[in-house]
Amino acid sequence: MGNVPIIQFHRVTKQYDNDPPVLNDVSFEIERGKFYTLLGPSGCGKTTILRLIAGFTEASEGEIFFNGKKINTVPANKRQVNTVFQDYALFPHLNVFENVAFGLRIKKMKQPVIEAKVKEALNFVNLKGYENREIREMSGGQRQRVAIARAIVNEPEVILLDEPLSALDLKLRTEMQYELRELQRRLGITFIFVTHDQEEALAMSDEIFVLNKGKIQQSGTPTDIYDEPINRFVADFIGESNIVKGNMIEDYLVEFVGRQFECVDQGLDKNEPVEIVIRPEDLEITSIEQGKLKVKVDSILFRGVHYELSCYDQDGNEWLVHSTKKAAVGTEIGLFFDPEAIHVMRLGETEEEFDKRLEAYADVDQDGK
Amino acid sequence: MENKLTRTLYAVPYMLWIVLFVVAPILLVLYYSFFNIDGQLSFDNYEKFFTPVYLKMIVSSFWYAFLITAITLLVAYPAAYLLTKTTHKQLWLLLIITPSWINLLLKAYAFLGIFGTYGAANSFLEAIGIGSQQILFTDFSFVFVSVYIFIPFMILPIFNSLNDLNPTLLDAANDLGASKWTTFRRVIFPLTIDGVKSGCQVVFIPALSLFMLTRLIAGNRVITLGTAIEQHFLVTEDWGMGSMISVFLMITMVLIMVLTGTRKRGA
Repeated sequence: MGNVPIIQFHRVTKQYDNDPPVLNDVSFEIERGKFYTLLGPSGCGKTTILRLIAGFTEASEGEIFFNGKKINTVPANKRQVNTVFQDYALFPHLNVFENVAFGLRIKKMKQPVIEAKVKEALNFVNLKGYENREIREMSGGQRQRVAIARAIVNEPEVILLDEPLSALDLKLRTEMQYELRELQRRLGITFIFVTHDQEEALAMSDEIFVLNKGKIQQSGTPTDIYDEPINRFVADFIGESNIVKGNMIEDYLVEFVGRQFECVDQGLDKNEPVEIVIRPEDLEITSIEQGKLKVKVDSILFRGVHYELSCYDQDGNEWLVHSTKKAAVGTEIGLFFDPEAIHVMRLGETEEEFDKRLEAYADVDQDGK
Repeated sequence: MENKLTRTLYAVPYMLWIVLFVVAPILLVLYYSFFNIDGQLSFDNYEKFFTPVYLKMIVSSFWYAFLITAITLLVAYPAAYLLTKTTHKQLWLLLIITPSWINLLLKAYAFLGIFGTYGAANSFLEAIGIGSQQILFTDFSFVFVSVYIFIPFMILPIFNSLNDLNPTLLDAANDLGASKWTTFRRVIFPLTIDGVKSGCQVVFIPALSLFMLTRLIAGNRVITLGTAIEQHFLVTEDWGMGSMISVFLMITMVLIMVLTGTRKRGA
């Protein structure tokens, strides 16, 4: 039981009429009790996955399993999942108590049981004493909590959250990120969270699925995905990146912007064309003599924690630098980075091949020690 | 200052209209209701109104109006619901509304032809072997034609409130375990009750005072308060009594409006 994934997609495709598929041959597994995030730009298919799990829509092809049982045709009202909707979808004609009690009343529970459960759920989301409020009297953040209480009160095995924080202002959103994460830990149930906000995904998740154009581009922990993006899309979508074309001369040696650099990647073909990612925070401002790159500062923005410098090298490549140091616009500076800061991406590599290559590195590391 | 003046000027035509054609007639009707048939100031009309003849008429008026409203609602709600599900809903709505642009009298005459002894309805009954029936000048034909006439007025407000319903709410109900029927009972109907209310107002109040149909379609077998007003003004020339019944109808309408008044709910 413990080893059976709670949700499993097996080669699922969703297509409307003759349009290109919204989801294209997607397979993945969701483990019990973890916080998952489906991350991607709008139209990538993330909400479709959620609707397939909730049962609001049916897969065109492929199989969906819940607790090892196929649920493709099980209607939404018979599934043990509950959804927190983007616009909360609270019933405007019912007060807070009745909104939360809605699912329990349908299960025909006794009034004292309902009262106890609703109270507990409202306590859980810090809305004690709000039972008799009307929905229109609640603020955005409070409505959000009611929606969460309405989902958790049914004790589902999985909670689906469809961009639930997108309507809140920045401060409240950050607060709710902490609360949601904390809530998931306390409840110990599976959360599947949909967002297009990469910072939100990195901050909250145990596991992230990055989606684009109906395909899962990469899945892994936030640090895996941030540190080792599989391709240009992921590197670009997760965080800021400097991406340039390069050439893998041999193991541990890569060439880009006309120079050769020491790196930590190996196992690629000799002279294989690759793409290089260097994160802006891995670039250090230094003197021209000490720098590995020589660039000209084009513009500078103060971002609070750091300055964001946009620089160009002689070949016209843009280099974004995050630094606490300042540099005057128009001056030439040197940029320094460690070999570990260079991330090499093969062109058109699948996630499977990518994982294999990463494992090979780990083996080498262990052998070295 | 000038702004305020121009704003008052804009209101003048409407105010004139209200005073001349709404307030003045109501006051006149109220005034006339206190004169008996001999032109003397008295409460005779009000006393006469509470005699069995008129009480029976009130009950029958209310009963028919209720029947017409109920049947119209039963037909209109599912129709409005289906309309919101169609792809060209505005077009379908237009088609359903179109008959209400045709003059009421013309529609009544059309039904005279359809329901008449040699009309289409009877030919059909003959063809399926039931045989010719007296359809015209019955309660059935009266209610049927009234319902037909009122349906668009009922569909419109219900359609609008169904159309404004956030579809995610239905997903939410479904997600929380509600079947289709429970979703309707607990979510859809309560949220469209305002549309139902205004639809019922628009149907019930005119249905109370129908008079042309009672004569043309029901052959004076159904006598409503509307018929009584018409007869008092045009036949017996007892303007006082006619006014009194009008006053009663107006009070009823205000009461119905207040009782079914819509409270505004937050979105």
